[in-house]
Amino acid sequence: MVNSTFFLVLRRMRAPIILLIVLYAISVFGLTLVPGVDGDGNPAPPLSFFHAFYFISYTATTIGFGEIPNAFSDAQRLWVIVCIYLSVVGWSYALITLIALLQDKGFQNTLTASRFQRRVRRLKEPFYLVCGCGETGGLICRNFDRLGQAFVVLEKDELRVEELDLLDFKTDTPALAADASLPDNLLLAGLQHPKCRGVLAVTNDEQANLAIAIAVHLLAPKLPIIARARSPSVTANMASFNTDHIINPFERFADHLALAVAAPERFRLIELLTSLPDSPIPAPHRPPRGHWILCGYGRFGQAVAQRLQAAGIRLSIIDPTAPGGDERIVGDGTEAGTLIAAGIADASGIIAGSDNDVNNLSIAVTATELKPDLFVVTRQNQVANSALFQAYGPEFAMVPSHIVAHECIAILTTPLLARFLDELGRRDESWCHALVERLQTLCNGLTPTVWSIRLNASEAPAARLSLMRGRAFTLAEILRDDSDRSRQLPAIPLLVERSDRIHLLPDGDFELAAGDQLLFASSLTTLNRLKLTLQNANEIDYVLDGKTHSGSWLWEKIAGIR
Amino acid sequence: MNLEKVVFGFFIVLAATLNFGFFLGDIDRPELHHVYELAAALVVSLIATALKFGDRTQIGAIHLATSLVADLQLIAAAVTWAVAVHVTGEGMTASVTSSVVSLSGGALFANVVSVILLIVETVMLRR
Repeated sequence: MVNSTFFLVLRRMRAPIILLIVLYAISVFGLTLVPGVDGDGNPAPPLSFFHAFYFISYTATTIGFGEIPNAFSDAQRLWVIVCIYLSVVGWSYALITLIALLQDKGFQNTLTASRFQRRVRRLKEPFYLVCGCGETGGLICRNFDRLGQAFVVLEKDELRVEELDLLDFKTDTPALAADASLPDNLLLAGLQHPKCRGVLAVTNDEQANLAIAIAVHLLAPKLPIIARARSPSVTANMASFNTDHIINPFERFADHLALAVAAPERFRLIELLTSLPDSPIPAPHRPPRGHWILCGYGRFGQAVAQRLQAAGIRLSIIDPTAPGGDERIVGDGTEAGTLIAAGIADASGIIAGSDNDVNNLSIAVTATELKPDLFVVTRQNQVANSALFQAYGPEFAMVPSHIVAHECIAILTTPLLARFLDELGRRDESWCHALVERLQTLCNGLTPTVWSIRLNASEAPAARLSLMRGRAFTLAEILRDDSDRSRQLPAIPLLVERSDRIHLLPDGDFELAAGDQLLFASSLTTLNRLKLTLQNANEIDYVLDGKTHSGSWLWEKIAGIR
Repeated sequence: MNLEKVVFGFFIVLAATLNFGFFLGDIDRPELHHVYELAAALVVSLIATALKFGDRTQIGAIHLATSLVADLQLIAAAVTWAVAVHVTGEGMTASVTSSVVSLSGGALFANVVSVILLIVETVMLRR
C-alpha cells in the first residue's frame, strides 16, 4: 500500500519531470552555443557545459546569482530571457501537478487506507472488528472502549467515521470509511491478523451483514462472528453456514417480553447480568397476564404474537392489513375507536409495535388516556427519538440497537455467561429472586460487570503458582480485600467451571484448583482489585496469609536467618 | 499501434545509440569523444528514466533499475569531465578521457540491458 502510493506519485509526476529535463537540456545546449564576451568587450567562446548547467541551475530555481563567471554578451542575454520563461513554465507545471495530486480524492483515499492498514498491522493486543458503526455499532464501540477492549471499525459512511475521530476514545482505534461487505476491506481491517478475536456484522444493511458473515466464514473460518439479522430469510441463510451468533432484535425482544410474563424473576436476573456494565439499574418490569392488544403486525408483531400466545396471553391484533390473532381489527390503533373495539376496557397491556415512532407514541398516549393503569410496551425505532420516549415513560421500551449491542457485549466479553444463562432455565423463581436481590445491592444502584478469569499462567499467574505450590485456597479466602484483609470484596462468584463440569453459585468454602474458570459479578473497581490479587504474588501472599514482605530475595534470606 | 509504446521504445533505443556513439573510438583520444554527445546521452537517459516511472510490473521495475544505473554512470562521467576541465584545469588528457569513456561504457551496458528487456517484453506480449 505504501508502495502503491509512491508509484502513484511517480506515475502522475512523469510528464512534468520529463518536461523539466527537456527544458533544462534546451537551455543548457543553447548557452553552450551562444558566443560570449570577455572583460574587454572582445568576442569570447561560448560557456562550457559545466558553466552553462551551473547558470541554468540557479536561474531556473530563481536563486539568481547574476551573470557568473563573466558578464554576458547581448546574444547570451537574449537566450537567457528565453531560458528564464521556459524554466518558470516547467516548474509551475510540476508544482501544480503535485498540488493537484495531493488534493485528488483517489490519492487521499489511498493515503488514508495505507495509514489505516499500518495502524491495524501494528495492533499488539487482541481486538474485535466492528463492521458498521451506526446506532448499534456506536454503542458497542463506546462500551468496548470503557472496558479497555481494542477494536477496529469499518463504516460505509464517511461522516460517521469523522465523528468517531472526534469521540475521544481511550484506546487507539483505527477506523476506515469503506464498505465492509467487500472482502478486500475486511482483509485490510485485519481479518487475518493473528490478534483478531472476532467480527461483529452490525451494519444497517441486511445483505451487507450476510456478505460479511460469509466472507468471514470462508476467509477466517476459526473466527467467531456475530451478525445482526432482521428478517427470517436472512436469519435462516446465516444459520445455514454456521454463523456463531445471529441476533434478531425483534425475536430477542419478543423472547424477553414472553419471559417477563412467564417468569419475571428469571427475566430480571438475565436483564441485570446482560445489561451494559456500570449503568443505572433499570426499573423492574412486571407485565401482567391476561388480555393484551398488539398494534402492528409486521416482523416484530409476528415474533411477539407467536411468543406471547405461547405464554398464555389472549391477543387482540390491530393492523392496517389485519391478519391472524385471537381477534383482528383493521386500523392503526392511533385513534380511540379502534382501541375500544379491540377491547381496551378489559385489557391489561398494550404493545405499540409499528415501524413508525410517532404512531407508536400516539398509540401509547391514546391508550393511557383511555385506561391509565394499562401496561404499555413501546417499540422505538430511532435512537434520535429517545427524548420523546423518555418523556412519555413506557413500562417497557424496545430499542433494537440496544438489544443487539447488549447481547454482543455480553457474548464477547464473557463467553462463560452464556453457560450460566443456560443453567438458569433449570432454576425456579425463588432462586432467581434471591440472586436478583444480591445483585441489586452489589454496586450502589449500578449494574454489575460480569467477567471471567481462568486460573492459569497467563490470566492469573500468582494464583496458579500458589495453587501449584500446595497453598490451596477457598473462594472466601481469595475474595478478601487487598487493602484490609479482614473485609470481603463485594463480588458474587456466579459459576466455576472445572474441566467441563459446572458449579453454580459456589459458596465461600469452595476449594479452587489450577485451571478453574471463574465467573464473577462485581463493580469495575472490584474487578480491577480482584484481578490484581490473582495476578500479583505479593498481593496474594497478603490476602491469603497476611504477609506483607516485598518479595525480594535478599530480604527473604535475612528473614529466614532470623 | 500505441503512441506511448512508440515514445517509450524511441527514447530507450535513442539512449543506447547516443551512448554507443560517444563510446565508439579509441578510449584515450579526446577528439573521438565529443562532450556534446555525452550531454545528449545523459539527457535522453534521464528522459527514459522518467518514462519508466510508475510501472508496477516486475519487468517495469527492472527497466527502472537499469535506467537508474545508466544515469548514475553518465552523471559520474559528466562530473569527471567537469572536474578535469574546470576544477583541476588538467584538461582532457588521455587518462581523464579513458576514465570518462569507460564510465560511459558501463552506462552503455546498462542501456543494452534496457534494450534487451524492451525486446523481451515485446516478444512476450505477442500483440
